[in-house]
Amino acid sequence: MGLKQNLHKFKEKNKHKKWIPAFNAIHTFLYLPNETTHNGTHIKVADDLKRTMNTVIMAMVPCLIFGMFNAGYQHNLAVGEIQAAASGFFSSEFWTMANFMIGFWKILPLVIVSYGVGLGIEFIFAIIKGHEVEEGYLVTGMLVPLIVPVDIPLWMLAVAVIFGVVIGKEVFGGTGMNILNPALTIRAFLFFAYPTWMSGDKVWVEGAVERTNEIAAGANLDAISGETILGSLAQNKGAGYEVMDMFLGFIPGSVGETSALLILLGGLFLIFSKIGSWRIMLSSVLGALVMGLIFNQVIDYGWITESSKFYGLMSTTWWHHLLIGGFAFGTVFMATDPVTASQTNKGKWIYGFLIGFISILIRVFNPAYPEGVMLAILLMNVFAPTIDHYVVQGNVKKRMKRLKAKVA
Amino acid sequence: MGLLSKKDGKLILDPLADNNPITIQVLGICSALAITAELEASIVMSISVLFVLGIGNVVISLMRNIIPSKIRIIVQLIVVATLVIIVDLVLKAFAYELSKTLSVFVGLIITNCIIMGRFEAFALGNGPWRSFLDGIGNALGYAVILIIVGFFRELLGSGTLLGIPVLGDPIEKTGLYSIGYENNGFMLLSPMALIVVGIIIWVQRSRNKALVED
Repeated sequence: MGLKQNLHKFKEKNKHKKWIPAFNAIHTFLYLPNETTHNGTHIKVADDLKRTMNTVIMAMVPCLIFGMFNAGYQHNLAVGEIQAAASGFFSSEFWTMANFMIGFWKILPLVIVSYGVGLGIEFIFAIIKGHEVEEGYLVTGMLVPLIVPVDIPLWMLAVAVIFGVVIGKEVFGGTGMNILNPALTIRAFLFFAYPTWMSGDKVWVEGAVERTNEIAAGANLDAISGETILGSLAQNKGAGYEVMDMFLGFIPGSVGETSALLILLGGLFLIFSKIGSWRIMLSSVLGALVMGLIFNQVIDYGWITESSKFYGLMSTTWWHHLLIGGFAFGTVFMATDPVTASQTNKGKWIYGFLIGFISILIRVFNPAYPEGVMLAILLMNVFAPTIDHYVVQGNVKKRMKRLKAKVA
Repeated sequence: MGLLSKKDGKLILDPLADNNPITIQVLGICSALAITAELEASIVMSISVLFVLGIGNVVISLMRNIIPSKIRIIVQLIVVATLVIIVDLVLKAFAYELSKTLSVFVGLIITNCIIMGRFEAFALGNGPWRSFLDGIGNALGYAVILIIVGFFRELLGSGTLLGIPVLGDPIEKTGLYSIGYENNGFMLLSPMALIVVGIIIWVQRSRNKALVED
């Protein structure tokens, strides 16, 4: 009511104006149009595909912009351009044009390569298979630059995108038919193919790798590095950052995943526009908290001592796990992917809970794979149809019993 | 085909493509995934299987009328185990380093489904000459896939072929590496072998629609 109807009336009244397509485009960003996508691809969701995609992209834009500022901020902080660390969300150290421009020129190519290569592949497959170009890559193309380190070489990203789109999606029949989340397939490919570019302490700060090479070549410079919090925790070195910084996102990490605050806002936006499933997000957070609490208890009982290599991550305060690493981003933007998640409501609870639970489990017990959430989501993507199957069967059984009771 | 009759020629040529034991029958996958990270290992594995399957098929075929059908699997196992032990000892004697790379997978030729499959499906019902051709054909079909997979995995994973650097030196940064190329570590992991085999199956079936089953 209210706004929605007024907008609709406005649309009807100005139907014949020239600029109405522009209005429609923005209109369908936010509100469900009368028609849904007719033919093609998405077999599971009866929504207009474009609206779904656009909403998710809008939810991610703040993360992208923040990522640009953060990339520059981390760089300038590391090379000593900025003396004092940022404090508070509106810190003047953080929101400077200098920071933004560094990040902008670093991240814009990532976005262009991601969309260019990905849509190129979609286009080729559309021609080969003789159907329309599918919108499926819109969200993936935006997710990909947000989940890679800022210094990743562009050709690696291109190779990974080709692999992810072809093997992760097209071989299964294109958008809507894929089993694995394509963006995570791309990241997993990068992670296993080029581990030196996806982990360690050199890749998260813009220019660190370059600097290392220059020093190796004999330049008289100070090395710069920035370890992710997960990395230093895994080595029992402590987090090294204030909790508030973790929440606001002034920490090294993949481009768009650092700010839990903006991800939270994006998540709320997805929930209120009914695009993202709150069940998956909530249950995933619960799963992570439960696992975190279990590990904290293990520490409290003294079963794991400080000499253990798991101590650093296990002793992390249970709710800090939500703020560090890619957990928040994965939960909000990737676990909720309607194609690869569970479809039934009960299934969504199980699916989300296990994602959270397994994420923290992998994170703690295998420090070589700090991004547990990536592997956890991919794993649960594979199990989602199985979960749905048993939820549906359980329901059928319950109803059969009820029916029998009635007949008897 | 001058040397072989048309029917016999088919025994060798069919398994190379249209009835390939790996891509069509999907047999013998385990070794194809495990040892194809290097081209050399793939080739040696292929030769070993060629030897075992060629000789084994002849031996089983010669004995086909005297093997009681109730214990035929055991007899087949004894034949294949004998041949595999010969291969294993030869490798240990003349190519020790390589036999360490191949480790248990030479021994596991015994359980290679292609071999038992050919014994059961072909050698038990055909004469020695035809069985020999069938064994050679299927082993070559296996070899073709192993070598293709090994070629791509070694080239993209380590930048070498048969141990010789072909893309330049990754440490000295010469050749391709000087412009920022890096080896793809994923290629050295077994899942990638599965994906490469999958891509071969995909290409093969999209070129020959008759192979697509519903």
